[in-house]
Amino acid sequence: MKYYMEEINKNGNIAVDDTILVKGAVSAAGSYMLDGFKPLFSAEAVTRLEEKGYSVKGKTHVGEFGLDLVGEFSYYAEKTEKLYGAAAEAVKDGDVVAALGVDVNGTTRRAAALSGVDFLKPTYGTVSRYGIISTAASGEQLGVYAKDADKIKEIAEIISGHDEKDGTSLPEKTYAYSINESISGKRVCVIKELIDKCDEGVKANTKAYIEKLKALGAQVEEISSDLFKTANTAWQILMSAETCNNVSRYDGVKYGHRSETYKNIDELYVNSRSEGFNFLTKAVILYGSDVLSKNRYNDCYDKSLRVRRVVYDEFKKLMEKYDCVLTPVLSKAEYEAYDIYEAFGKVFEESEFTSIANLIGVPALISDGVQFIGNHFGESTLLSIAHSVEKEGK
Amino acid sequence: MNYELVIGLETHVELSTESKIFCSCGGHSAANEPNDCVCPACSGMPGMLPVMNKKVVELAVTAGLMLNCEISRYTTFDKKNYYYPDLPCAYQITQLNHPICTNGTVHLKTSKGERDVRIKQIHMEEDAGKLVHSGNFSYVDFNRTSVPLIEIVTQPDFRSAEEVVTYLSKLKSMFRSGGISECEEGAMRCDVNISVRPEGSEEFGVRTEIKNMSSFEAIEKAINYEAQRHIDALEYETEELVQETRRFDDASGKTFAMRNKETEADYRYFPDANLMPIIIDDEWLEEIKKNKPVAIDDKADKYREEGISEKEIDMILQSQKIGTLLDETIALGCNPKDTAAWILTDCAGILRKDGKTMEDLSVTPEKLSSIIKMVESGSINRNAGKKILIAVVESNVDPVEYCKAQGLDKKVDTAAIGAVLDSVLAANEQAVADYKGGKVKAFQALFGACMRELKGAGDPQMIKEALEEKLK
Ligand SMILES: [Zn+2]
Repeated sequence: MKYYMEEINKNGNIAVDDTILVKGAVSAAGSYMLDGFKPLFSAEAVTRLEEKGYSVKGKTHVGEFGLDLVGEFSYYAEKTEKLYGAAAEAVKDGDVVAALGVDVNGTTRRAAALSGVDFLKPTYGTVSRYGIISTAASGEQLGVYAKDADKIKEIAEIISGHDEKDGTSLPEKTYAYSINESISGKRVCVIKELIDKCDEGVKANTKAYIEKLKALGAQVEEISSDLFKTANTAWQILMSAETCNNVSRYDGVKYGHRSETYKNIDELYVNSRSEGFNFLTKAVILYGSDVLSKNRYNDCYDKSLRVRRVVYDEFKKLMEKYDCVLTPVLSKAEYEAYDIYEAFGKVFEESEFTSIANLIGVPALISDGVQFIGNHFGESTLLSIAHSVEKEGK
Repeated sequence: MNYELVIGLETHVELSTESKIFCSCGGHSAANEPNDCVCPACSGMPGMLPVMNKKVVELAVTAGLMLNCEISRYTTFDKKNYYYPDLPCAYQITQLNHPICTNGTVHLKTSKGERDVRIKQIHMEEDAGKLVHSGNFSYVDFNRTSVPLIEIVTQPDFRSAEEVVTYLSKLKSMFRSGGISECEEGAMRCDVNISVRPEGSEEFGVRTEIKNMSSFEAIEKAINYEAQRHIDALEYETEELVQETRRFDDASGKTFAMRNKETEADYRYFPDANLMPIIIDDEWLEEIKKNKPVAIDDKADKYREEGISEKEIDMILQSQKIGTLLDETIALGCNPKDTAAWILTDCAGILRKDGKTMEDLSVTPEKLSSIIKMVESGSINRNAGKKILIAVVESNVDPVEYCKAQGLDKKVDTAAIGAVLDSVLAANEQAVADYKGGKVKAFQALFGACMRELKGAGDPQMIKEALEEKLK
């Protein structure tokens, strides 16, 4: 019960993050602003899983709008319980066989790494975004938590494929991924600048993982690149701007929380939103509003769009030499609780490991606490590598 | 000093699509009650995504073609941010950076001469909802949210209120005949940018904008009032002109400044990532061109050449329905001038009698042409044709079968008519005697009896003459 907002079906076998709509169940994205909101439709991914016989056990707690480090700032989670990664924990503990989450700023990937489960953020456009409580439309993606790469593959294949209800959904009807038993000869690169950011624990874990890959015949090379850092700055700007815009519909007029104290429409907006959003969401809104303002637009938002293009081209070049990039996903091996007033800066900093996948829409897979980032539609490569190492560990 | 008026227009036109621009809700014209035509997407619920209605693109391109615009092959949507309770997402989806049409022209003829007005751009956008105020409460009606609009922006090329009204009437005729918009009450809304300068000057004066007017009469009044206000300010220094937004008050006939806050707002426009750029390739553009109605000027000329009167041309161009019926009936081989009369006089008369309008007309080109051809070939007279038309309009009968069943198609030769007349005269000896005795009225009775006997067959004029001949 500790994982869920509410239990929908005690015999259910999948969990769905609170940032994803499930028909008739309160879907509030962990925010008091959406208090009590019950959607009329389920997300397309949920519907597709239900058609294959899966059933939703409950809506798992998320940090408000999925914007925090590892899901610690939900309005609804019991403060006495462990504070983060509800969906990842539910999978780890075997309460469900898989879970769905929305990756907009690496939160789901970091949570999976901490809990030691797998998470796939698929290629942008392969999984319908219909039914995501949207924040940053240009880079958010619905992904899958599961215990191993084989289960990830099964669920990802079910939920992917064209959906006419999502204008950004790619035309392919279905996607089939293959897991190869051998990864001998696979070329993996490691970014020096990312390793340097990490504490000794993370460095040791990454090194140990690299040794396993080498033992399985993969070639691992370290390179120097500021691509991830550049990508992160651009994505934080775009993500904040889009989030600021997308959550502006939560205004207290139509549904969710409305302040009890207002004398006119301006007060209704200001008071409802001041009471409804947490500090981190407010920080993202302010930052996003600033980068979109007339004076800053060209230097911030528009420049970030151009940087996205450059990063895309550079990453494509990298993928001509390597099959994927291996990176840590958190700079510290042990989770340290922190205050919400520090959240914006902390998430910004840690997202250097993850932002590139959101910025240019490439897939990312978490396994054994490390992250693989591959080329567009390169899910099979990532799954094969993770599977090979996981198989050795069993 | 003489002053010149400089006017630019931004005209919002509601498109005639079956569904809204980004969801499958019916347009608000289908709504009876507030919030009848609303779904999770157009009421701003989380998780819902906009999906482009292809028909909106096609109508916008058609409008662009009619206004001689360049059609963008790559067009994108942007979000315009502002808070208002009738705007459920707190942003409007519109086009800022890559509008669908640019650089067009419209040719105007007024009493002062002719002018080409340049169109700067046409862009697509969604409408907002509406607030209803009652007592201490305000209610929101989302029926109109996401109804598709195009906004047509001109260069500051108008020099008089008359030109503006001519332009708007022309847009209205074009859009109606092209099926782009019904242009009903309120479906066409205008923002007027106006300034005044000494005649011969190249520089622009201080510009004011009068927002959101829909009646042509109000627009004309507002322009004339505002022009005079500007001229008075320049000539007599009655006030200092400032660049501002104003509204027109119909009751007083004056314009008033609106709160400045609204003109200074930063709308923080940025691209909408939920809508992929729309690519209009050659194939699609050709298809739209193929279905595009003939340009209104060409069309009017064509009708004129066919001998249709100006008044009739006006009526035809106001309604796509009439235009289509006329064109298709002519295409089936009927005389254009006669066909126009059959539709605009006869059909309209029948409908009027039944308390209906031309929009209720359901006669097909095939049926209409079959009636007209029967008359044109002389196999029935026009009266019989009209009888058939009434039956077709009111009960949708088959004209040929109805004609046969009613015996309207009898080929009546003169001899046969003569025989019928003889029998009628023989049966009405008293009336014949009265007529011959000087009672002119008796002729009508005899004529009526003949017509009844002939069951509408034969030409009334011819019968009348034959009857007079026999009674001499
Ligand atoms: Zn709708």
